[in-house]
Amino acid sequence: MTSARRRFWCISNLNSGKLARWAVTLPPSLFLVVFFLLPALIVVAASLREPGEFGGLAPLFVDGAFTHALTLDSYRFFFGDTIYLEIFVKSFFIALLTTLICIALAYPLAWLIARSPKRRRDLLVLLVILPFASNLLIRVYAWILLLGPLNLLYTPVAVVAGMVYVHLPFMVLPLYTNLEKHDPALLEAAQDLGAGTWTRFWRVTFPLSLPGIFSGSALVFIPVLGMFAIPELLGGTGDLMIGNLIKEQFLDNRDWPFGATLSLLLTVAVLLCAGLATLAAKKSFKGTEAVT
Amino acid sequence: MALLEIRNVTRRFGDFKAVDAVSFSIEAGEFFTLLGPSGCGKTTILRMIAGFDDPDAGVMLLDGQPLTGIPPERRPVHTVFQSYALFPHMTVAGNIAFPLEMAGKSRDEIARRVAETLALVHLEDKGGSYPHELSGGQKQRVALARGLVNRPRLLLLDEPLGALDAKLRVEMQSELITLQREVGITFVFVTHSQQEALALSHRIAVMNRGRIEQLDEPDKLYGLPANRFVADFIGKINLIEVEVAAASKVLLTLKAAGLGEIAAADARPLQPGERGCFALRPEQIRVYGRKESADLKNRFDGSVKELLYLGDVTHYKVVLANGFAIEALMPNAAPGRAKFHEVGDAVTVCWRHDAGIFLRD
Ligand SMILES: Nc1ncnc2c1ncn2[C@@H]1O[C@H](COP(=O)(O)OP(=O)(O)OP(=O)(O)O)[C@@H](O)[C@H]1O
Ligand SMILES: [Mg+2]
Repeated sequence: MTSARRRFWCISNLNSGKLARWAVTLPPSLFLVVFFLLPALIVVAASLREPGEFGGLAPLFVDGAFTHALTLDSYRFFFGDTIYLEIFVKSFFIALLTTLICIALAYPLAWLIARSPKRRRDLLVLLVILPFASNLLIRVYAWILLLGPLNLLYTPVAVVAGMVYVHLPFMVLPLYTNLEKHDPALLEAAQDLGAGTWTRFWRVTFPLSLPGIFSGSALVFIPVLGMFAIPELLGGTGDLMIGNLIKEQFLDNRDWPFGATLSLLLTVAVLLCAGLATLAAKKSFKGTEAVT
Repeated sequence: MALLEIRNVTRRFGDFKAVDAVSFSIEAGEFFTLLGPSGCGKTTILRMIAGFDDPDAGVMLLDGQPLTGIPPERRPVHTVFQSYALFPHMTVAGNIAFPLEMAGKSRDEIARRVAETLALVHLEDKGGSYPHELSGGQKQRVALARGLVNRPRLLLLDEPLGALDAKLRVEMQSELITLQREVGITFVFVTHSQQEALALSHRIAVMNRGRIEQLDEPDKLYGLPANRFVADFIGKINLIEVEVAAASKVLLTLKAAGLGEIAAADARPLQPGERGCFALRPEQIRVYGRKESADLKNRFDGSVKELLYLGDVTHYKVVLANGFAIEALMPNAAPGRAKFHEVGDAVTVCWRHDAGIFLRD
């Protein structure tokens, strides 16, 4: 549509256009308020309460009287002992390691898929996502059988191996989507202007694939942080991660406020990381959005 | 010694010969053009010179040295791609610096040469911009600058103006000529626009179906086409089917069915009975009223079928006795007189005996 015609269309539909915009954005907004904002507020509130006698939270009213104001006990508890911070740091380290290994493994795979003939690509992508067709726990149990004879079971290596295995497709898919869009003429131009194979990769392919690496990393890093099934099944007693810690508070210790505090701190830490990463990425992405 | 020599180069795709025994050589400093219709093998030749494709037969010599086995990154040949292929994640200056960095030049030299080249293509203030922030013409200039900056022995340009609109094309054409003269780098230019080829080149190779039909300077190609294809491909031309009636030392008499005899200056020893066509440019023809006299050998009566008044010139289509519609171009140079004839007017078309050329089949 030409711009003049579009303008005309907009003017003549100004009122109904506004209505339509509301109609389109209201349901998702409502959804987010009900299922994200409210629960998040509840978590914040829960982290500031005391635990109930038999789990849950302490009741707000006892004998018709309002009890207990808010308390920072859970936060004091968290920062009072280095063990929790240590588990946080270790979890971040495992998530980082998993992400890096995923990048290293997924890159060649995604590159090969993007390079193969068009008709075969769909099949290869299907193979990448095929593991999702079976249950996560079953796949992790399979790793127990694999790692047992290797004497690696219940070690940090087993945890990272399981994490990488489960999350690899989340790295392959965004990377493949990115690499597939690269214009082969750019590599020819680089070669024509004197760049050898490695230089072409590092100066052209890699910088242009940064957005793919970035979204893949977000899809791997954040879920790994919260994962508890894999460390529980494959890791040893010393391989607890934040996810296990949180799960424990809700299911075993029945200390909901502390569980909520841990969840909240995890969310804040993740948001901080994401913010920093976005800032760093903004710089290196310049110009690449135009193609990808 | 020629800068680039191509001898009997053939490139097959399956049974299809995209380039068929092509030979030519290019001198240093030349603006050389490969001209031909779509699919005639122009890009294939460029890709072989750049090293992205290898000939199935024949040799290519650069400065007398065979190019065989040298990968593209080590050939002193750069290409300006039709799609520009600018690196989207690098600034304009970064793009232009790239070939210098590849050549391992020092930081100071890179900065100086990038600034010089930006000035050369009139983009002094765009060094910090990213390609997606540029207009088509500006991208074109960056692509040119990137190809030129490291002074390749040969710059290959594959329809570099193809993506520009008509006005910008003409502007860039004259800039290209100036640029090539200033930097003195040898250009191998590919186009399927005959106007562009004529305007820019020192020499043109006209290609058709993987072969070179004629290789000559622009005015020779236009004035003395070697065959029917070249005559028809370059500019507008009338092609009249004829047979040689008589050939003397200087004058050729041709017989055109239903029309009569055509006299043409030609010193070739041709045999009577040879068939071919007589090629005559529209601007070589005069259109007169029946009563007006003109002392020209070739005169044929006809009537104006179509007329296109273009201001500076008038374009006539005149139907001759044998039904052939001949095209003529009359300059409107006489003061105060715009048109000479109207549609339906009985006219006489004439041309000098040294106009036109006989092309053997
Ligand atoms: N890789 C290839 N495989 C098969 N056929 C090819 C290949 N590359 C080119 N061809 C064929 O070779 C012929 C010449 O192609 P080329 O690209 O050289 O044409 P061109 O003169 O550059 O045409 P255009 O003006 O359209 O760019 C075409 O018929 C094309 O289909
Ligand atoms: Mg081409």
